[in-house]
Amino acid sequence: MVAVNVNVRTNGGAATNAEQPMEWPQGALTRVPFWIYQSPEIYAAEQRRIYEGPVWNYLCLEAEVAEPGDYRTTFVGAMPVVIVHDFDQEIYAFENRCAHRGALIALDSGGKARDFTCVYHAWNYDLKGNLKAVAFEDGVAGKGGMGKTFCRSDHGPRKLRIASFAGLVFGSLSDDVPPIEEYLGEEIAAKIKRVLNKPVVVTGRFTQMLPNNWKLYFENVKDTYHASLLHTFFTTFRINRLTQRGGMVIDESGGNHASFSFVDKKSSEHDYAALGLRSEQEDFALKDTNLLETIDEFGDGCHMQILTVYPNLVLQQIQNALAVRQILPKGLNETALNWTTIGFADDTPEMKSRRLRHNNLAGPAGYVSMEDGAVGGFVQRGIAAASGERAVIEMGGSSTTNEGTRATEASVRGFWKCYRAHMGI
Amino acid sequence: MAGVITLERILALQAAYIRCIDHNELEAWPEFFLDPCLYKVTTAENHKLGYQSGIIYADTKGMLIDRVAALRQANIYEKQNYRHILGLSDIVKNDGGEAKSETPFMVVRIMHDGRSDIFATGLYLDTIRATGSDLKFVQRIVVCDSSRIDTLMALPL
Repeated sequence: MVAVNVNVRTNGGAATNAEQPMEWPQGALTRVPFWIYQSPEIYAAEQRRIYEGPVWNYLCLEAEVAEPGDYRTTFVGAMPVVIVHDFDQEIYAFENRCAHRGALIALDSGGKARDFTCVYHAWNYDLKGNLKAVAFEDGVAGKGGMGKTFCRSDHGPRKLRIASFAGLVFGSLSDDVPPIEEYLGEEIAAKIKRVLNKPVVVTGRFTQMLPNNWKLYFENVKDTYHASLLHTFFTTFRINRLTQRGGMVIDESGGNHASFSFVDKKSSEHDYAALGLRSEQEDFALKDTNLLETIDEFGDGCHMQILTVYPNLVLQQIQNALAVRQILPKGLNETALNWTTIGFADDTPEMKSRRLRHNNLAGPAGYVSMEDGAVGGFVQRGIAAASGERAVIEMGGSSTTNEGTRATEASVRGFWKCYRAHMGI
Repeated sequence: MAGVITLERILALQAAYIRCIDHNELEAWPEFFLDPCLYKVTTAENHKLGYQSGIIYADTKGMLIDRVAALRQANIYEKQNYRHILGLSDIVKNDGGEAKSETPFMVVRIMHDGRSDIFATGLYLDTIRATGSDLKFVQRIVVCDSSRIDTLMALPL
């Protein structure tokens, strides 16, 4: 185990506050030291070892770069990247950084392009990120120009490997990352395909800025223990899920998980009763129960599936509200959560309308998720003076394996198992 | 008599609406709408691209009542208040009984510890109808200028 040296702020040279190395506490995966959310050194190491390491970063949906010439810009950790659908029908991604002075090549969030030209000195790139032209390369009237040894093909932004899976576009800077299906694991791959089983359409994009380290949000999504405790919408309105069963699968790496709840399908009726959702008591009942009216669109009675792919993707199905969330670090204490709400290209008008209503359940104002936007900040503020202390993550023991219950923190421990393997700590 | 819609009546409606939210009288908030209605909070980018999804989306008065009930009884968020500052309403269309108007807004969010931030700026795109002695919203599309929402959106805009 490698000790990570984190500078502890000293107080006028007081002997008791001497700098001390911080090491991962004993207790395997059930203890998480708070400095892991606070250290600039850790934050910098995450860029190299995780985002630029052997992982598949979620970049965008294929549907967002559907046509040749379509591009989107996003980030791999802190690294700006461009994702492009080239005219050879392949998707490419490259660092959004001009090889000349390092300026952004694409300035907006997306659009259509036949090539890219850096605005600073007009260096020009094709849609694969190859440097194709340098302004005044041969000089002007025989004077100036690039040196004789300059070769365009020696210069260019870093290129990413691309893997598409079920309409999700992933990118990696590593040659060592396993193929995407192996990376996801068989069970997680199947649960992605369960939802993304036909062409999707984007219905909205929002960015929620979270006042906390990115890991606190990623843990939160994996944490099934908090769900019915922090989020009281369903219990307050006495919305029971009859004969509900839940469970969770975690891949071998520990980084990917899916939690789900479903009811035994007793009826072919496609209404909320078939999913066992109803409001029990009149005084706490919803006025408009259309919010509960749910179609069992995947035909398996599962009304909620939350799935994560390390290090930055959440795929959400809450009733008929479908969304992908991309988690991007924006500083030690700031995380961008990019929501893309989706539907399917063949949605009926009724289903479109149903998804719009169900989207109230999630997002920055979501009935069952708005608390998640704030709770990471509660931790970040709570631990302000506790870098030497640690979190206790012991619900369900110390395992990181699949559980038949959601009263466990196994998937949170799975995250730390995967994270520590990548970070070497 | 419903009377005709005038700029003065629209301004009074706008003032009453923001007063209701800023004074934390949310139980009265659904009363500004007809049933059915459309109340949606979205962003300029989504609006321009024709994306229908909202951060908040209600197409019945019942959904507005449920939103308030959830904020009062179910959802957990730190104590906070809004201060709405409105720009001048522009009446885009007015046939006397129904009007369309656009009103710019700025909302400062004041947290319990005193922190104040500009939480949102944008434009209310309204369809307003004269009904009884009141004006009511048939539609209120809240188009936020920024695509970013800080932390969470508990109270409505």
